[in-house]
Order: sequence, then structure tokens, then C-alpha cells
Amino acid sequence: MQIESPAFKENARIALHDVDLQKALGNLKAGFPTKRAAAIERMPEFDSLRDEAMQLKNHIIENLDLYLEQFEENVTKQGGHVHWARTSDDACKTILDICRQVGAKTVTKGKSMVSEEVNLNEYLEANGVTPVETDLGEYILQLRGDHPSHIIAPAIHLNLEDVTEAFHEHHGRPRSSDPAVLMQEAREMLREKFVAADVGITGANFCVAETGSTIIVTNEGNGDLTQTLPKTHIVITSIEKVVPTLEDMTLFQRLLARSATGQEFTVYNTLSTGPRRADDQDGPENFHVVLVDNGRSEMVGSEFQDMLRCIRCSACMNHCPVYGSVGGHSYGWVYPGPMGSVLTPKMIGIEKAGLLPNASTFCGKCESVCPVRIPLPKLMRHWREDEFSKHLSPKAARWGLGGWAFFAKRPSLYRLLSKGANRALRLMAGKKGRVTKLPLAGGWTDWRDMPAPSGKTFMEQYKQQQR
Amino acid sequence: MSRAEIFSNIRRGLGRGEASAEQKAAVKARLDQHKANLIPMRAQLPHHEQVALFKEMALEAAAEIIELTDIHEVPAACEAWLANREINELIAASDSQITALDWQSTPRIQLNHRVGKVGDIASLTTSFAGIAETGTLMLYSRQESPTTLNFLPDVHMVILHEKDIVGPYEDAWQKLRSSTAGTMPRTVNMITGPSRSADIEQRLQMGAHGPKELVILLISDSQ
Ligand code: SF4
Repeated sequence: MQIESPAFKENARIALHDVDLQKALGNLKAGFPTKRAAAIERMPEFDSLRDEAMQLKNHIIENLDLYLEQFEENVTKQGGHVHWARTSDDACKTILDICRQVGAKTVTKGKSMVSEEVNLNEYLEANGVTPVETDLGEYILQLRGDHPSHIIAPAIHLNLEDVTEAFHEHHGRPRSSDPAVLMQEAREMLREKFVAADVGITGANFCVAETGSTIIVTNEGNGDLTQTLPKTHIVITSIEKVVPTLEDMTLFQRLLARSATGQEFTVYNTLSTGPRRADDQDGPENFHVVLVDNGRSEMVGSEFQDMLRCIRCSACMNHCPVYGSVGGHSYGWVYPGPMGSVLTPKMIGIEKAGLLPNASTFCGKCESVCPVRIPLPKLMRHWREDEFSKHLSPKAARWGLGGWAFFAKRPSLYRLLSKGANRALRLMAGKKGRVTKLPLAGGWTDWRDMPAPSGKTFMEQYKQQQR
Repeated sequence: MSRAEIFSNIRRGLGRGEASAEQKAAVKARLDQHKANLIPMRAQLPHHEQVALFKEMALEAAAEIIELTDIHEVPAACEAWLANREINELIAASDSQITALDWQSTPRIQLNHRVGKVGDIASLTTSFAGIAETGTLMLYSRQESPTTLNFLPDVHMVILHEKDIVGPYEDAWQKLRSSTAGTMPRTVNMITGPSRSADIEQRLQMGAHGPKELVILLISDSQ
């Protein structure tokens, strides 16, 4: 995927004017947050589970090398292979090599954000291997030459009409605007592809050190067909996904679906451990796990270490007012929303992604819903500081802050100024009590009104109450 | 090369070299212990309440439940259910529980033991555990129970004994470890209801790529 994060502002502006996108985003806002709240209502232990999950993740990171070694040892014991990929390029090359070894022409793919991160599809295609996405959302996107805009609901930015058109064009069947018919069509189209594929590639939600297993969590069952039918199964995932035992995995399983879709449990939670056994009648003959780093190992011990706890549930973006207004594509790369605003600068560089950690109202909703209690606003603030200290933030912002600092250090001047501003804003707001146009702040007031200050300044009130 | 770099980055970040012997031993011990984390109250009810909870949760996940008192009722129950939909072939696992049944008495269904194939309409397998907390079935792959039976057919029928219902997932892991002598089977499937997708406008549709219907033949073994 092309990096478009530097154009965040422009993308966001277009997104806000895009009627179809706004309609599609409405589906998200109405769905996930309400369902999550209902699921949590039924699980009184939810907050305690979050505390335990956070502690367990911290324990894993403290011992990350040891758990990874155990995982590798146990995968190998079961007849599988572990490959380590420092960069996206390493990951793509490794996977292409495996495909070539088995003479693969087509590969089916279950949903995997890490494969998006390393840009696997384009790489395979450029090298003569055809990837076929099998998750319904990803399949729709592939037909359209589009990319996911959400980490678990990849086609959330599309409306029914878009799917109708894409299917009509590519399947050559009559147009249908019945989602059930469209899904049945995808089911039929993909059946033969599942069987014909030489290799199946899936992601993994967790890697279990104790057993050398990887697990995928899906509602459709496409991941299961992807990994069961071809001769070779390749798992592409990242190093922070390792957990000690099945019991530990279970702690995260209890949090994942509830935080993500608000389901009690996702339909298929499937563990894969090595290739088929001597007397098995089906299943892949080869089992490979590609563990991608891409900057994660450098996050250990850094101010961004907490981000390694992320289980990719998407709750932070589902509850984010910025994501809900501008959609995932505005962020310009693979990971959108608050988690993306922390991860993307790490993966593509703060020079390109500097606008993302600034695209936050710091309302704190993301942190309040995160199942592993990642302090997302704080991490975004770290990026802002980093950006400022590298002199990457825009001149206007630097001057503005410089100006504010000048007055802030001179309290009597500051008081005078804020008193004046207070009166001026109230005057501008008139009877409505809302300021609709503000010089130099058009970017803000074009989309919302600013409430007028309701009374005296803080210092004036403070003085009054002291009396 | 990647491997060495990744490990050295991690260790540098942790401010240490290779872990100490004690730290390694602690990690080893943790892996062997299989210690449970917090188990929700709802998964700790007495057994008869777990059975009720299993049913409630499985139904909520859109599974169908056919309650039987004895496993010998399975062939007739399958035949009746399939006849209703004019299905006459059933692809079954060669599990001894299934092969030991009298399938001669149900001539309207043709029973075949093989792997699942594209175009299969209905399959029958057993489940070695039901997990009450979310109405989840647990199945695992082995010679007699190929995984394709769980995913390719339109209808998946599953035999589950009430006595195999446990409260939390943790109990199912223990049960799995004892049923498979400690070695993980190639795959373990936790299945909660039939396949579905909400990828088109967040509207839930049943029957994406896996079975469109999940029918649980729940056996009480009472009598
Ligand atoms: S940061 Fe937290 S809320 Fe966001 S995806 Fe990761 S785990 Fe979920």
C-alpha cells in the first residue's frame, strides 16, 4: 500500500465531504460500540480481566526472547518451520521462497494485517504468484483494487451499492442488492479457489509458546479453509503475538471478541500446530510461521513499549471521534485510528506520519476502552514531543506555542490577555453563545462551532472565591 | 541474520544480555504449570447449570440443538432432520462412537466415511468437549475426524454428550491434554455457532464460507 499519511489533512477534508463514506461510517458508529457495551455488561469481571491481561502482556514483554525461543522450539518439534523477518522485505522474500519451493501459482489468504503491513500481495503478484483474498471484506477490496480501512472490518468504508457493482463487474452475474445473495455469490466463487490453491496464508492472533501453536479467530471460516486445503500453510504474524500457555491465550480470547465486535466469542477460534500427522487424512503437509519484526523489537525498552501489548481488537478506532469522522483511509497507511497513530510513525517514520499523532482530540476514549490498557493518548503525546524536538512540526504551531510560552511565563500579561479574549469571544458569539467563525481557526470552526466562554476567566473566579 | 538482530534488539531493550538461569527456569516453570488466570463466575456453576448455560449460549450463537437421551437415537434424529430438507447423504467421521451406531435402520440416509469435499451438503462428527461459558464446541483433528468435515459442508451435525460439557475454556484445555496424551493435534477447532459475516454494511448474514447450519445432537445419557 502506498504511504499517504503526509496527506492526512487533505485526505480528512475530502473524507468529511464524502457523502457515501459518511453514510458507511454511520454503520460503524451504530454497531460496534453499542455491541461492545452490551457484551461487557454481561461480563462483570471484564475490568479485572483487563488488569490481568495488561500484567500478563507486560510479563511477556519482559521475557519476550525466552517465550519466542520456546515457541520456535515447539513449532520445530511438531515438524513446522519458523522464519524470522527483520523487515517487510525479509518477510516477503521468505514467503516467496516457500511459494517457489512448492511451485505455487496461486495462494489463498485469510485476513492478516501483518501481510498488509509488509505489502505481501503486491510483492507476490510482481513475482508471478497470484494471491486470492478469501475474507469477504478483503475479497471485495481486492476486486476493487482497494485497501482495508479498518483492522477487523476492512470494507467498512463501502456501501452495499459498491459491492453490488464490484461483484457484477467481476462475476458477470446479474446485479443484486441483497447482501445474502452477494455473500452466497462470494462463497461459490471462492470454493474452487480454496481447493486449487497451492499455498494458504493466514495471520495469527496469538502464538502459544507452550505448544508451538498459532491461532486464528474468524467468523466466516475462510481462514480455516485457507489453512486446511492447500499443501502448504504459511502463517505470517509478528513477534509480540506470543503468549505462554493455552490458559494465557484464553485470557486474551475472553477480551478480544467482546472488545472487537461485541460478540461473546468469535465463531471459529482455530489452533494450528505443525503439519498433518502421519495418519491424518487432511490438512497441510508443510507448516511455516514467519515472525515479522518491522520495528517492534526496537519498541522494547522504549517509551512506546506499552504499544506491544496491543491485541488488534479495534476498540480504540471504533470509539474514536476522529476515526469516526474521517475513516481509516485518511490515515494513509495500514493501521488507522489511535493505535495506528502510535504504530505508523514507528513503522514508516515520524517525518511521514507526523500528522497522525496530532489527529487526536485527546478525549481519552481510546484508552478507556482498550482491553490491555494501553495509554494511547500518552503515546501520541510522545510522538508530538519527538516531532517538536526534531523540528518537524509546522511553523505556525511552533510560533503559536512559542507565543503562548512567552505570555505563560508572564502571569499578569497572560491574565490581561485572557480577560480580553474572554470578552471578545463572548461578543463574537452573540446571543447564540456559539462562535461560528474564528480568525486563524477556520480549520476548526468550519466543522463545528466553538462554545463561547460562559463567564469570567478562571483567575477571576478563583479570586472571587478566595474572598 | 534477522533472528540474531531481533533477539539482540529485544535484549538491549530489556537492558540485559541473555536471560539468567533463574529467569529461564521461571519461564519454564510457568509453561509447565498451566496456571489459570481469572475465570469468570458464570463458568464456575454446578454441572447441571453449566449444561443449561451451554444450551442458552449455543442457541444465542444461532446453533440448533436436538436433545436426545441416548446416542443410539442419533441415526434416526439425523435421518429425520435431513429428510426434512431432502438431504440423503451424510459424510461422517469414522469415530468409533459413530461407526458403532446402527445405520442400517435409517435407509433414507447414505452414510459415507471420508474427508469433506466441495459440494458436500452435510457432515457428522463428534465433539469431545462443550464449553458452557460461550456455548462453544471443541473438536480436534485425528485420523478418524478430518478437519474438512467441520468446514466444507453446508450443514455440520455434531454429537456432544452432556457429561462432556465443562464450564470454562480452561477445563477444556485440561481435558484436551489428557485426551491427546499431551501432544497437540494438528488442529483444534473451537466452534461457536454457524459461519457468518457482517462485512457488507455491517449487516449480519449467516453462512459465509463455513457451514450455514450447526446442529448439536446433545445427549443426556439419562436413564
Ligand atoms: S490499542 Fe488497545 S483498543 Fe486499540 S486495537 Fe490495540 S488492543 Fe485494541
